[in-house]
Amino acid sequence: MADLSVNICGVDFKNPVIPASGVFGYGREYEELFPLEKLGGIATKGTTLNRRTGNLSPRIAETPSGMLNSVGLQNPGIDHFIEKELPNLLTKDTVILANIAGSTVEECVKVAEKLEPTDVHMIELNISCPNVKQGGAAFGTDCGMAAEVVRNVRKATSKPLVVKLSPNVTSITDIAKAVEDAGADAVSLINTLLGMRIDINTGRPVLRNNVGGMSGRAVFPIAVRMVWQVANAVKIPVIGMGGVSSGRDAVELMMAGASAVQVGAAIFTDPYAPVKIIDEINDFLDSKNISSVRDIIGTVKPW
Amino acid sequence: MKYTQGKYLILNKKTVAREIYSFTIACPEIASVATAGQFVHIRTGNFTLRRPVSICGIDKAKGTLRIVFEIRGEGTAEISRLNEGDVIDMLAPLGHGFTINPDYKKVVLIGGGIGTPPMLPLAEAYGKNATVITGFRSADAVILQEDFRKTGAETILCTDDGSFGIHGFVTQPFAEIAAKGDIEAVYACGPMPMLKGISNICRENNIFCEISLEERMACGIGACLGCACRTVKNDEEYFSHVCKDGPVFNAEEVLW
Repeated sequence: MADLSVNICGVDFKNPVIPASGVFGYGREYEELFPLEKLGGIATKGTTLNRRTGNLSPRIAETPSGMLNSVGLQNPGIDHFIEKELPNLLTKDTVILANIAGSTVEECVKVAEKLEPTDVHMIELNISCPNVKQGGAAFGTDCGMAAEVVRNVRKATSKPLVVKLSPNVTSITDIAKAVEDAGADAVSLINTLLGMRIDINTGRPVLRNNVGGMSGRAVFPIAVRMVWQVANAVKIPVIGMGGVSSGRDAVELMMAGASAVQVGAAIFTDPYAPVKIIDEINDFLDSKNISSVRDIIGTVKPW
Repeated sequence: MKYTQGKYLILNKKTVAREIYSFTIACPEIASVATAGQFVHIRTGNFTLRRPVSICGIDKAKGTLRIVFEIRGEGTAEISRLNEGDVIDMLAPLGHGFTINPDYKKVVLIGGGIGTPPMLPLAEAYGKNATVITGFRSADAVILQEDFRKTGAETILCTDDGSFGIHGFVTQPFAEIAAKGDIEAVYACGPMPMLKGISNICRENNIFCEISLEERMACGIGACLGCACRTVKNDEEYFSHVCKDGPVFNAEEVLW
């Protein structure tokens, strides 16, 4: 049995596997299937200042080796999260990353301020949601705006601040460096890639929002490339995600430079995916006689 | 246990109409808790998303479920290639099912096309107290008529092209029955225009009506919020989710 523990920004994770924000709600539905304590951490559903109803349906489409979604940050608002969901999550022996988002800098700051007196372990600031009209990706695709929102949220929170980056940019390393300079303690990437499908019988886009975020196995090589580039460009830890569906994928993303991995679409195919991935990472490490998962982080030997 | 995921043995496979298949599956732990109106979420091939299929039969004594599904695309085509003796990966039973009240003496069950299978467990529950109205495109798409007759329910069959039964939509015979005024509940599943028509008739006649909806879905258990549908409760509009709040909704709550 290898040592699977990692430490990110001073927070101890028993293992490096975290269900990604948006696929796991606030944990209650998956708790029916396995104890949440098995997980290294949980990135909660993106939560905004006020309740958001989200986009019209259809919000989901299958794509080759992946999927599109355009949920549009439907959530009950930060007060509901703090009162009704966070207390339950904090009873679990796992790291809780509260994923937050907002349409304006002020909204992001207010959400972070509301979390400050709570015992949530980390904040994951989403500056990259492709499915909302204002804010969201607009923050994540411009270095100046990304830095501004991070600088202001940084002032509002003493908690470790992870900033979730968009892949829908010309240079993700420039954005990563901008948020590092603005005070981010870590970055997580990649959020979904903007995609679109059209029903050729009706001429209508499959998604009611026309476009949506693409995830799943098809995006994995992009995630590996971006994690590798960002890990080489910044000094802060990188949490990798994007199409991870096996322990081997997790190991690969960690070799590229990720200190932990998030698991998204894979959980729709197999609800036990995060738990299986933990076991598979251990099996891989044992087969190579590697005693700690920390020993593989960033070990890729580029040509 | 509310739901579980596993691989279960297909005991029986039948082709019930062109591109429509019936599987009987040995899954005692699912069958023991499943109720009418719930669904199973099936993993298929190399697809990322599971495919939701409504439950057509629950035999708690034998520990089996029956599903009847139509090939709608590549995913369901892949499922249809499974055979007796193969295993099927299901996350089930999922969703909020129909409200069955044993005191009801006259109910109407309405199924349109591939919306017909979830009506069968209701027909078994209500027996001779049920009238089953089913509608199909044409004679070659008709399914489950013998199964409904075995329950003791009265059956009325419609086809869009008149090739079998009444020539027309299910709403025509239903409107006539509803006008007589002694129906206690209506349950329906099928295309949205059909459900809307039935809901309107029920509202005009003040009849309790539950409908089963369909939406593109990812997690199937209420976590991802992918399968939203517009609903209203206590005068407040909000998005419910077909997988967890439904698939069965009180028709009065659905915004069309």
